[in-house]
Amino acid sequence: MSKLLVSTTVNGDPQQFLCDPDTSLLDALREEMDLTGSKEGCGSGDCGACTVVLDGKMVCSCLVLAPEAEGRQVSTIEGVAEGNQLHPIQRQFLEHGALQCGFCTPGFIVASKALLDHNPDPSETEVRYWLAGNLCRCTGYDKIVRAVMDAAAELRQDRRTAA
Amino acid sequence: MNAPENKQQFRLVGTRPVRPDGVEKVTGKAIYGPDHVSPGMLQGAVLRSPHPHARIRGIDTKKAEALAGVKAVVTGQDFPQAADKLVAGAESASNLRWVAQKCMAIGKVFYEGQAVAAVAATSHAVAEAALKLIEVDYEVLPHVIAIEDALAEDAPVLHDDVFTQGLAEKPTKPSNASMRFAIERGDAKAAIAGAAASFTGRFTLQPVHQGYIEPHACVAQWNADGQAQIWCSSQGHFAIRAMTAGILQIDIASVRVHPLEIGGGFGGKTTVYLEPVAMLLSRKAGRPVRLTMKRTDIFRSTGPAPGAVIDITLGAAADGTLVGAEIELKYHGGAFPGANEVYSGVGGAVGHYRVPNASIVGWNVLSNIPTMHAYRAPGAPQINFAVESAMDELAARLGIDPIDLRLKNIVHPGEPSASGVPLGAIGYAEALEAAKAHPHWSSPVAPGQGRGVACGAWGNYGGPSTASVKLGEDGSVLVTEGSPDIGGSRASMAIMAAETLGVAYEKVRVTIADTSSIGFSMVTGGSRTTFATGKAVIQATEGVIEQLKDRAARTWGVDVAAVTWEDGTAVHGDQRLTLAQIAAKTGTTGGPISAEAVVDPHDFLPGFGVHICDTEVDRETGHVLVKRYTVVQDVGRAIHADYVEGQMQGGAVQGIGWALNEAYVYDRSGKLDNAGFLDYRMPVASDMPMIDTVMVEVPNPAHPYGVKGVGEVPIVPPLAAVGNAVSRATGIRMHDLPISPDRVYGLLRAAE
Amino acid sequence: MSSPAYHAPETIEQAVALLAGDAGARPLAGGTDLIVQMRSGRNAPSAIVDLKRIAGLSGIRALPGGGFAIGAATPCTALKDDAALAAAWPGVVEAANLIGSVQVRNRATMAGNLCNASPAADSVPALVAAGATCLVAGPNGQREVPVEAIPAGPGKTSLAPGEVLVEIRLPAQLGADAYLRSIPRSEMDIAVVGAGVSLVLGAGGVCTAARVAIGAVAPTVVLVEAAGAALIGGKLDDAALEAAADAVRAACRPIDDKRGTAEYRTAMAGVLVKRTAKIALERAHKNQGRSQA
Repeated sequence: MSKLLVSTTVNGDPQQFLCDPDTSLLDALREEMDLTGSKEGCGSGDCGACTVVLDGKMVCSCLVLAPEAEGRQVSTIEGVAEGNQLHPIQRQFLEHGALQCGFCTPGFIVASKALLDHNPDPSETEVRYWLAGNLCRCTGYDKIVRAVMDAAAELRQDRRTAA
Repeated sequence: MNAPENKQQFRLVGTRPVRPDGVEKVTGKAIYGPDHVSPGMLQGAVLRSPHPHARIRGIDTKKAEALAGVKAVVTGQDFPQAADKLVAGAESASNLRWVAQKCMAIGKVFYEGQAVAAVAATSHAVAEAALKLIEVDYEVLPHVIAIEDALAEDAPVLHDDVFTQGLAEKPTKPSNASMRFAIERGDAKAAIAGAAASFTGRFTLQPVHQGYIEPHACVAQWNADGQAQIWCSSQGHFAIRAMTAGILQIDIASVRVHPLEIGGGFGGKTTVYLEPVAMLLSRKAGRPVRLTMKRTDIFRSTGPAPGAVIDITLGAAADGTLVGAEIELKYHGGAFPGANEVYSGVGGAVGHYRVPNASIVGWNVLSNIPTMHAYRAPGAPQINFAVESAMDELAARLGIDPIDLRLKNIVHPGEPSASGVPLGAIGYAEALEAAKAHPHWSSPVAPGQGRGVACGAWGNYGGPSTASVKLGEDGSVLVTEGSPDIGGSRASMAIMAAETLGVAYEKVRVTIADTSSIGFSMVTGGSRTTFATGKAVIQATEGVIEQLKDRAARTWGVDVAAVTWEDGTAVHGDQRLTLAQIAAKTGTTGGPISAEAVVDPHDFLPGFGVHICDTEVDRETGHVLVKRYTVVQDVGRAIHADYVEGQMQGGAVQGIGWALNEAYVYDRSGKLDNAGFLDYRMPVASDMPMIDTVMVEVPNPAHPYGVKGVGEVPIVPPLAAVGNAVSRATGIRMHDLPISPDRVYGLLRAAE
Repeated sequence: MSSPAYHAPETIEQAVALLAGDAGARPLAGGTDLIVQMRSGRNAPSAIVDLKRIAGLSGIRALPGGGFAIGAATPCTALKDDAALAAAWPGVVEAANLIGSVQVRNRATMAGNLCNASPAADSVPALVAAGATCLVAGPNGQREVPVEAIPAGPGKTSLAPGEVLVEIRLPAQLGADAYLRSIPRSEMDIAVVGAGVSLVLGAGGVCTAARVAIGAVAPTVVLVEAAGAALIGGKLDDAALEAAADAVRAACRPIDDKRGTAEYRTAMAGVLVKRTAKIALERAHKNQGRSQA
C-alpha cells in the first residue's frame, strides 16, 4: 500500500505530508509535522489530551484519520499563542497554577478556547461539562475551572474595551 | 487564604509566582516521555501475554526477524541471569530479580499483559506486524486473582520458592502469602472486651491505578562501546539508571539517563518497565529505539495499588477514649513479592491515634495481577478507610461529635509515633480545630444529604538529594538539581534559592539535570522533594553566599567574619557590594562562584489531614453526588501556595474517584475487563465540585522554611470521608469500595 | 501492516459501489467507533469509505409536513445547533448529545451510533421512541425502514452487503419526547440503561399515543409496546407510570457485565422510564399550551 499525500492547513500554514491511510491525525501532527504539543493519553477518545480544532470544531485528533484533513483547517496548541503573546487562557492557567504535570494542559487549553470562542460567559457547570472529555489526574479540576472562568471574564472585558 | 497568625514574614516563601517551566507547558513546547526523538531512531513494540498464568515452552521469533524493516527482536532469554539483588534509588529497595520480570517474562508469565517479546523496526507499523509473527508456545496454568481465593488451600501457587516471611517458624510449603508483618502491644482482645462501645466490620477494596495521563515511554541508545543513554520521563532518573544498569549488569557510569518532562506519576513512575527492553533492542539493532506503552498496556501491566480485605475491631471507653484495636489486613501483592504497602498499612493503621492495646497483622498476598506499585501514600488509604469508618461508627454509637472523638484520641507532639520515635512539631490538633471552625462543618446538612469527616496521616520522607547553585557573570542564578518536577517544584526551588540569596524570583533559573550532570537524588516521591531537595538547594545557596562574602571581604581587605549578607548585598559597615557587582568582578577575584550540596535529611515530619465531605444519594438509583468537599491539612509551610493547594485538591479527587467508581474489574479468564479510561472511570470535571482548602501552617523547625511533605496526605482521608458521608446519608455503613450506584442501590433495597 | 485503502467518494452511488465491490470495506462517518475498533484490532477493514465528502449527507433538512431528514454524516452537535429540530425532538437531540464528550460529539453521528449496533447506543432508544425511519441506499436502490429494524445484535446490523445508511428521518412532532440514561459518572460513560419516551396528548391532556424504547438491557434496543400501551388513555398518573415500568422490566433481557448487573439494569429501566415519561409529559403539556395559545 503506497502512502497518501495530504494537503492541509495547520495553524494557518499550508502543510503537506505523506501517511498511511489509517494514520491518525494526531500521529501525523506529532510525527510528520513535529507538532508534539498535542498528546496521546489513550488513543481512544477518552482523555482529550490530543484535542485540536478541525474546521472550527474541537475533536480528538486520535479519532481523526490523517487523510480526512485533506483541504481542512486544523488548529493545535501550537497556534493558540500569537507569536510570543500568550492567549488569556494560557496566562490564566499559569496565574492560577492550573497545571501540575502539564501533560493534559494543551488539550485543556485548546478545549477551553473552543468553549470561550462560542460561549463568552459560561457558568461553572457549563465549563465542567464542556471539559468533561479532558482528563486531568493532578489538579482535581478546581484551579482549571477557575482559570477558564477568569479567562472568560478577562476576554469579556477586552471585548468591552475594544468596543 | 487562611494565613495563620504570627506567621514569619518572608519576601517570597508563600507567594504564588508563575512557575519557570510554565510557558513551555501551556504552549505545547515541553518535551515529555513520548515526545523525544533521537536521530536514526527505531520504533519498538512489545508482545504481551494473553494469559494470566502460563509457562512459556518456547518463543519462535524467526518469522518476525525475517520481516523487512525489523532490526531486532528480544525475549526473556536476552536478559542476563536475574538473581536476587537489591538496589536503592526508589522509595524502597527493589529486588532486581522481580523488577526484571516486570519488564519481560522469563520462562513464565504471571499476569495478563506481561511482556513476552519485543521488536524494533523502521516503523511502528512494521514493528506491530512483526509482533503478529512471533509464536509463543504457552502451557496455560490455573490462575487466581482475588485475595481470599489466593489464600485458599487449593489455590494455584505462583512461585515454588516463595515462603511466607515474618512467621515465627520458617514454613515448609511455598505460599501466595509472601509476607506477614504485625505490631502487637498490650492486650487488644481484653481491652475491647471491656470497652463501653466497639465496632467490628470487614472492609474490602479493589486494586486501583495511579491513572497518570502520560504513557510510559523512553528512547534508549546502547552503543558498541558499552556506553548508553536513555531519554525518559520518570519520578527519578537515578532510579531508572540504577535498575537498568543492575538488570543489564553494566556500570552505573556507563548509563546516562536524561529526564524528560513527566506527565504524572503518583508513585507509578518510580520503576522501570520499558527501559531495559529498549536498551536490549538498541544493542542488537545498533540504533536508538523508542518504546511507548498503549493505555491498555498501562492498565494491564503497570503498578496498580493493592486491593484489600480488612477485618477491624475498635473499642472505646464511654468518654470516647480508644482502648483497643484488633486489625487484620490482607493486601494484594500482585505477581511478585516485594510490595511494601503492608508495612505502611500496619504501621499507619492507627498511628494517628493513641491506642494502648493494639494487634495489627498484615499479609501481602500474591496473585495473577501486575505487581503492586507505589500510589500516593502507598498502603495508607486502604487501611484508613477501615479505621476511619470504624471511628465514625464509634462516634455515632457513643453520641460524640466525630471531630471531638478524634481530638480526644489524637497523637500530640512529644508522644511516640508509630515507629516509636517521638513526634515532633506536628499540626494534627491544629488541623482538627481548623476543620471544626470551618463554615463547612457548622453549616446545616442539606435534606437528602449526609456529611462525613475523616482524618489521615502520612509519614513523609527525606532522603538523599544533590543540588548545585552557580552564579552567572551578570549576577543571575542557576540552580541545578536531580529531582524531576512533577507538580511545580522548580518554582519552589527558585523561591527558596531567591529567598535565601535575597534576589528576585525571576533571577533564579532551575535545571533538572541528567544523571551524569548532577549527583544522586532519590525519586520525586514520598513527599520528599520540596523538603529534601529544597534543603540541598538552600545549603548550596548558603555556600554561594559564603563565597560572595569572601569576595567582598577580599575586595575591601577585611576579615570575612565581619561581612554580613543582607537582601542580596554584602555589607561591612557603610560598605556595600551587591550580588551583581560581585558577580561582575569574579574574573579578578578568584574565578566563578558555585557551590554544591549533598544532603540526606531524616528530620522530616509527618503530615495530617482532615477532610469534610457532603454527599447526596439518589435513593432510587444509588447514585452518589459529592456536593461539597473541604480539605484541611497541616502543610508545615507552603513555599508556593498554589501548588500546595493543588496537591490537596488533586489528592482529594483521586481519593474520591477511588471511593466512588475506580476499580480493576477482572473477568473469569483472569483478564482485566476495564483496561481503558472509559470503563476505569476516573473523575471528570463535571463529577466534581470545587475543592476548598485550608492550609494549616505548623512549620517544621528542622527545615529553614518550615517545609513538611504535602503531596501524599490528601489521598488518605477521602475514602472514609466519602464512605462516612454516604453512610450518614443512607443510614447504611459502606463496607466495600467502590461505592458505585449498583452497590448502593443493592444496599438500599436490602435495607428496606 | 496492511493498511486499508481510503476512499472519499462524492456521491452516494460511488459510496455504494465501493462498499458493494469490497466485502471488507467499511463506511466512515464520525469514526469515533470505527477508528477505536481499528486501533484495538477488533475491526480490520480492507477499505474505508469516508461519507463526509458526499454532498447532502451532512446537514438537516425540513421535510414536508413538519418532519426532519438528518444526513448520515451529520455530527451530533449539529443537531443542537438546529433550533427547529432541537425544539421539536429534544429527547433525540439530547440523547445524541450524551454520547462521549464534546470532542466526540463533534464527530460522532446518529447514523454511526445506530450502525455500530451497540445495545447501549444512546441515540437509538430516543430514535425508536420517536418512530424514526432510515433511508438505506444499496446496489438495488433505496429503501426506508424503521430504526429498530437496523440493529440485529451486538455489533451486527440488518444492512445487506453494499448497503449504507443515507439519512435518518424523524416524523413531525405531535407531542413531545425525552431520553434519560443511567451512568456512574456524570459524563464520558456508556449507558448502563437508557430509556426513550415519546408521547402525544389529546384533548384534556389525555395521552393518545406513546412509544417507549429501552437500551442496554437486551442484545438490541427494545421497543416496549406494552409500556407505550400502559401510558395511553390516561394522564400518566402514578399507576400508569408503574404499569409502564412493569412492562419495561418484563421486557428486559440484560446481562451481567463490567458496567452493571442484570438485576440493577432491570431495576433502573423501570426507574428511568418513569422519570423519562414525566419529562416527556411536562414537555407535551408545554407544547400543547403553546399550540393552544
